[in-house]
Amino acid sequence: MLNEDALFYSRVLTELTLSFHIIYATIGVGVPLMIMIAQWVGIKKNDEHYILLARRWTRGFVITVAVGVVTGTAIGLQLSLLWPNFMELAGHVIALPLFMETFAFFFEAIFLGIYLYTWDRFENQRKHLLLLIPVAIGASFSAVFITMVNAFMNAPQGFEIMNGELVNINPLVAMFNPAMPTKVAHVVATAYMTAAFILASIAAFRLLRGSNHIYHKKALFLTMKLGLIFSIATAVIGDFSGKYLAEYQPEKLAAAEWHFETEENAPLILYGVLDDGEVKYAFKIPSALSILAHGFPSSEVVGLDQFADDEIPPLSIHYMFDIMVTIGVWMVILSLVFWLGTRRGWAFIQTKWYRWLIVLGGPLSVIAIEAGWWLAEVGRQPWVLRGVMRTAEAATSSNQVDKMLILFAGLYLILGIGSIVVLSRMFRRNPVEREIEDRKAEKGGATS
Amino acid sequence: MNLEILGIVVLWTFLFGYVIVASIDFGAGFFNAYSLIVGKQKILTNIIQRYLSPVWEVTNVFLVFFFVGIVGFFPKTAFYYGTILLVPASFAILLLAIRGSYYAFETYGARGHKGYSFMYGLSGLLIPASLSIVFTISEGGFVSLVDGQPVLDYWTLFKSPLTWSIVLLSITAVLYISSVFLTWYANKAKDVEATALMRKYALIWALPMIITASGIIVELRGHNLEHFNRMIDLWWMFGLSFLLFLSTVWIIWNRRSYGLAFVLLVGQFALAFFAYGISHYPYLLYPLLTIYDSFTNRAMAISLVVAFIAGLCLLLPSLYLLLRLFLFNKRYVRGDSDYHP
Repeated sequence: MLNEDALFYSRVLTELTLSFHIIYATIGVGVPLMIMIAQWVGIKKNDEHYILLARRWTRGFVITVAVGVVTGTAIGLQLSLLWPNFMELAGHVIALPLFMETFAFFFEAIFLGIYLYTWDRFENQRKHLLLLIPVAIGASFSAVFITMVNAFMNAPQGFEIMNGELVNINPLVAMFNPAMPTKVAHVVATAYMTAAFILASIAAFRLLRGSNHIYHKKALFLTMKLGLIFSIATAVIGDFSGKYLAEYQPEKLAAAEWHFETEENAPLILYGVLDDGEVKYAFKIPSALSILAHGFPSSEVVGLDQFADDEIPPLSIHYMFDIMVTIGVWMVILSLVFWLGTRRGWAFIQTKWYRWLIVLGGPLSVIAIEAGWWLAEVGRQPWVLRGVMRTAEAATSSNQVDKMLILFAGLYLILGIGSIVVLSRMFRRNPVEREIEDRKAEKGGATS
Repeated sequence: MNLEILGIVVLWTFLFGYVIVASIDFGAGFFNAYSLIVGKQKILTNIIQRYLSPVWEVTNVFLVFFFVGIVGFFPKTAFYYGTILLVPASFAILLLAIRGSYYAFETYGARGHKGYSFMYGLSGLLIPASLSIVFTISEGGFVSLVDGQPVLDYWTLFKSPLTWSIVLLSITAVLYISSVFLTWYANKAKDVEATALMRKYALIWALPMIITASGIIVELRGHNLEHFNRMIDLWWMFGLSFLLFLSTVWIIWNRRSYGLAFVLLVGQFALAFFAYGISHYPYLLYPLLTIYDSFTNRAMAISLVVAFIAGLCLLLPSLYLLLRLFLFNKRYVRGDSDYHP
């Protein structure tokens, strides 16, 4: 029995929850690595500033973790509440990585608690670093496992359907599906990249707002360098993702590129608008799509003409693709110029306008993350399990989804505002200059 | 033992873990808020914050673990419970979200905000109530199949005395478990005042807890005779549980070893919880769903069990480390804090 209203609201609610959750989840995956690196650099260079950097990041990180945990709990339960039929089917095949994700999360939660509450318990900073390693590993592996589940939805395998029943199930084959390598790598790399640029924009903002402390300059250089590395990695993996799509999920690539007819030397369409089936105001780069898809200009790219009308994703995902790629390329250039400029002593990277660009970089990266996920998720419509189960067949039959949507929208509004207020208050009340003074005083008191 | 039983035992054990750690957490939040209102926060807040801070996130994972695990081992539960629980579970998520986030906001952002503490305490009582509805539903009689889709009858659920007995039990149990634990914790911290206060609360909540617990058994007789009879077969487990209850109260009354009291309390609840679970066998949702017709395929079951064992090898040492560093670390418990806000 199909309930159109429930289907619509279930989709909206899932999109809302996930769009909100991934902001905090991305920070949750990326920042622990940055904290660990800062702690490590601090030990290696014997520089108190980096240790302090690690601690201050952690303190802010706790707030984002809290919101990430509660929204993650929400989406975890909503999967079963809104998509009971999907979870019943998927539970048979893909429960393993879901289960493993909770272990990774458990592991992270335990060590984050320990790290936070043993601030100065150990004389040796290396012990604090040892506590941070499981936090970073746990955070990254929860992303790995949960992305495996999502990859399975794009490329279901590891089971057979006979007379409507699932047989020959192999959980490992389901986990290691063809979509898995590029998806997992892309998600993890973009999370590191976004976290680095968010932290960079905080440092740049502090520098702009009058504090000229060397601490912020060190933070800015470290995060921009890390951001550069991970944004290049992101671009390379993004290219692999395009090749994956051309091979296994051509309808998503074709819809994202407005590639209507199957052809060789396929051009890449950048920007533009779609008007009554006609593409206007677009840049066309000849043969670029063929290169993106298969590596050769002359190769053939499957177009939307090869698919039935009810199996084509919405064409609006092209805009998401544009946003994601443009921001990605922009961030590579911005961080590359910054890195080169710092080494060569170019004056303009110290100017106000360049720092404002860096401040913008953090929010832009988050927008790219959102756009990328919308591209990936809307791009597999109308399927919830590509080729196996349509989204319409998966939804709940309950009549109360619209009310729950309002309820959760209110919750996310409160959480969003609350986290921003608490975070900004936390750091404004205790600027780094004061904290360095405090620590000096403490140490002085201890030795005398 | 077959895989179905193994699966449900694993999940039931984790649910029990959640019941204990969450009860401590929820009750502590309530006592904290209550002490603020009656002006006793100086006595309690430090003790409670010191315990809660490092473990709040871990507590939440126990719950996540349970619901991910049950969908993994018994995918059909996603279909039945997922469809009918949309509203009650959404409210529980909402309360958990308010609780988790406001705890972090308060601790790291605006320490000592009365409004936050009050919400925190109140949500601690409402969450067990909203989650315990699942136990009522599982007894059958509230779900019917319409066009092959399960539909929950809210009105019958609302006016059932069984619902309210279970809600009452969940609240009294939370306050009792929490106060016994905090008595022990405060005593370890050598905080005489807090110990005395928590001891008083433990004794106050002991009687309502055992009355509501016994009330459930009576209620079940009218609601689900089959389950009731199976529970009577397990009378010795409930009897033992009751003896442990009496010993706990006796020890606390006489101010003997509070640590032992807490261990006995865990034993008491474990016996009752497992006796209840065993008597519920083989139903997950009476009489629509049993553990046999909802069980996942063999390959998945085996891989889940392997993942579970591997996960435990990672978790148990980590949890041990956590407990050693905080719960069993004398300096930490006494408040020689390592934390510089």
